[in-house]
Amino acid sequence: MNDMRILERDVDTNAIKIAARGVQVYYGDNHAIKDVDVDIQDKTVTAFIGPSGCGKSTFLRCLNRMNDTIDICRVEGDIHIDGEDIYDKRVDPVQLRAKVGMVFQKPNPFPKSIYDNVAYGPRIHGLAKNKAELDDIVERALRRGAIWDEVKDRLHAPGTGLSGGQQQRLCIARAIATEPEVLLMDEPCSALDPIATAQVEELIDELRQNYSVVIVTHSMQQAARVSQKTAFFHLGNLVEYGETGTIFTNPEDSRTESYITGRIG
Amino acid sequence: MTDATSSSMPAVTPVPGKSSLMTQDARTRKRNAAEARFKAYGIVAIAAGMLMLLILVFNIISRGTGAFQQTFVTMEVELLEEKLDKNGNRDPADLAKVSTFGYAPLLRTAFEAKVAERGIATELEPKAMAGILSAGAAAQLRDFVLADPERIGTTVEFEFLASSRVDGYLKDRVSRDSIANDKNISAEQLDFVDQLIELGVVEKRFNLAFITGADSSDARPEAAGMGVSMMGSLFMMLVVLALALPIGVAASIYLEEFAPKNWLTDIIEVNISNLAAVPSIVFGILGLAVFINYMHLPTSAPLVGGLVLTLMTLPTIIISTRASLKAVPPSIRDAALGVGASKMQSVFHHVLPLAAPGILTGTIIGLAQALGETAPLLLIGMVGFIASNPPDSIASGLLDPNSAMPAQIYEWAKRADPAFYERAWGGIIILLLFLITMNTIAVILRRRFERRW
Repeated sequence: MNDMRILERDVDTNAIKIAARGVQVYYGDNHAIKDVDVDIQDKTVTAFIGPSGCGKSTFLRCLNRMNDTIDICRVEGDIHIDGEDIYDKRVDPVQLRAKVGMVFQKPNPFPKSIYDNVAYGPRIHGLAKNKAELDDIVERALRRGAIWDEVKDRLHAPGTGLSGGQQQRLCIARAIATEPEVLLMDEPCSALDPIATAQVEELIDELRQNYSVVIVTHSMQQAARVSQKTAFFHLGNLVEYGETGTIFTNPEDSRTESYITGRIG
Repeated sequence: MTDATSSSMPAVTPVPGKSSLMTQDARTRKRNAAEARFKAYGIVAIAAGMLMLLILVFNIISRGTGAFQQTFVTMEVELLEEKLDKNGNRDPADLAKVSTFGYAPLLRTAFEAKVAERGIATELEPKAMAGILSAGAAAQLRDFVLADPERIGTTVEFEFLASSRVDGYLKDRVSRDSIANDKNISAEQLDFVDQLIELGVVEKRFNLAFITGADSSDARPEAAGMGVSMMGSLFMMLVVLALALPIGVAASIYLEEFAPKNWLTDIIEVNISNLAAVPSIVFGILGLAVFINYMHLPTSAPLVGGLVLTLMTLPTIIISTRASLKAVPPSIRDAALGVGASKMQSVFHHVLPLAAPGILTGTIIGLAQALGETAPLLLIGMVGFIASNPPDSIASGLLDPNSAMPAQIYEWAKRADPAFYERAWGGIIILLLFLITMNTIAVILRRRFERRW
């Protein structure tokens, strides 16, 4: 795996945003995540790679407690964001999710207008005092989502009428409209064509200025292109975690090497 | 065409022994035949269904339309003072003492005058002449006089309902053969009617009273109408809508979105499905036991009918609401939770609006089912009751004894006089019109909701 851009990018900061220790996840009797320890840095793109069913999406969903909505799912261990235990009894998952935004694999805009899609989060969190402020927030989010120019003339057209790539960028704009600190992306490009993928990847790189981005991807090229840190998951274990350049060029574990050279997965 | 190909097809030499696309092999022929047979079965099934429907509609219309027409007799009646107000003081108390019996002579006199004036040849007694009128004719005169005593002494033109036999004669239900043993009408009276028809005194017209009026006693089928039972049905539907929709939707949302999945909710689910299949008469006896015997709500009241039908409709609404909630893609819930909406916000802002068309359709289908339900009403006394006046307020509409459309139809169908039988069919036409209207509203609302995006 040789990507010329890998070496150009460094981690800007060493501040740790998310720290996970001894995380275990069970779906009923199935032990999906086994004893994962990981530190995710602020203002960094961290990629989770690994074969299907290795638990990378499951682990991602632990970070904003989306797994709470699955009845049979059980999470053990500690996950701290900014030093606070997000699985503490006092933590309201709703408040957590406003801080940790999420973009899903399949673009899932609400069947409402483009404007309402983006405005929904700020509205329910009371981020805007009046219509003008809300308009500002929506415009800023759409600009940062790199979709403003395409939709500024039809903000009140349905969001579901956009193309797949536009829908995904709309979903990203929707996620950042609530000013989260961490952005989780669960295979955000798997339903997109190469051009839309490139646009979203460019966007991810820009988002790194303000957020800690965690991205799950099946595409190793994508991980190499967008991330500074990469974690390789295999069968529920975190096999290797480190600088993206190191993982792809000089992995320590033989399983990582097999995966990135295409022998397993 | 591209540059890479020449304009003519390349020549291909056929390979001997290789099958051609131009001929079907045995297996393909067999499969095609099976498909054609299956299509034919489907068409036959649909044709049979359509035929049954056509026969049904034709039957209902041909038998029921008669009820919307009625035979009227136009007569000038002199409101004689010496019969109605012997004292001549127009005192309402004295006037009220004259019973309908006292008005009958006026009708006879009016017929005598008519015969003399138009030169009708008949050997009928005046009493027999007046016999072609509905038994309610004298009461109609009396009501007219009591409404304004000053009318006494004047001559007024009235439109009386003809008796049901005369009405039947004009609708070809009654013939001279069929009345051979009939005490209510004679062949001479029919001759007399024939003469009056020629003079334009007796004629068949559209009868609004059938749609707006109240039911009548056994003796006066010509006066019976659906109006009051329609009001009964309306009030029952209001009760059902007001109770079943909120309870049903709230229960479904809780069960579908919030309730944990455990043995208790499993039992509840199974029971709701079973309740939908419980015969409606069981709900009727439950209503009798609980609402009337235990809670002492009034018998025959639309309120009780509505409560019973609510019990019956709830499972239908819950099942259809849960189905439409289930049909909302989970990605929408994820999206809402992902931007930090609470469970309730995700349900009320996103899931419920998407499920609304389905909920609405389920509710209207449930209401339509309740509208046509007769069996539970038998047990709470809404059948066989003759409500004479339409309710004048919401309270009386809910609490006063009344009937309902299907109960009224059942009641007419079991009475002996064939004139009621015709009204039963007419009532079915009205009931079906209501159901068609409700279903149309359901379709329109559904379209409108879905067209938003």
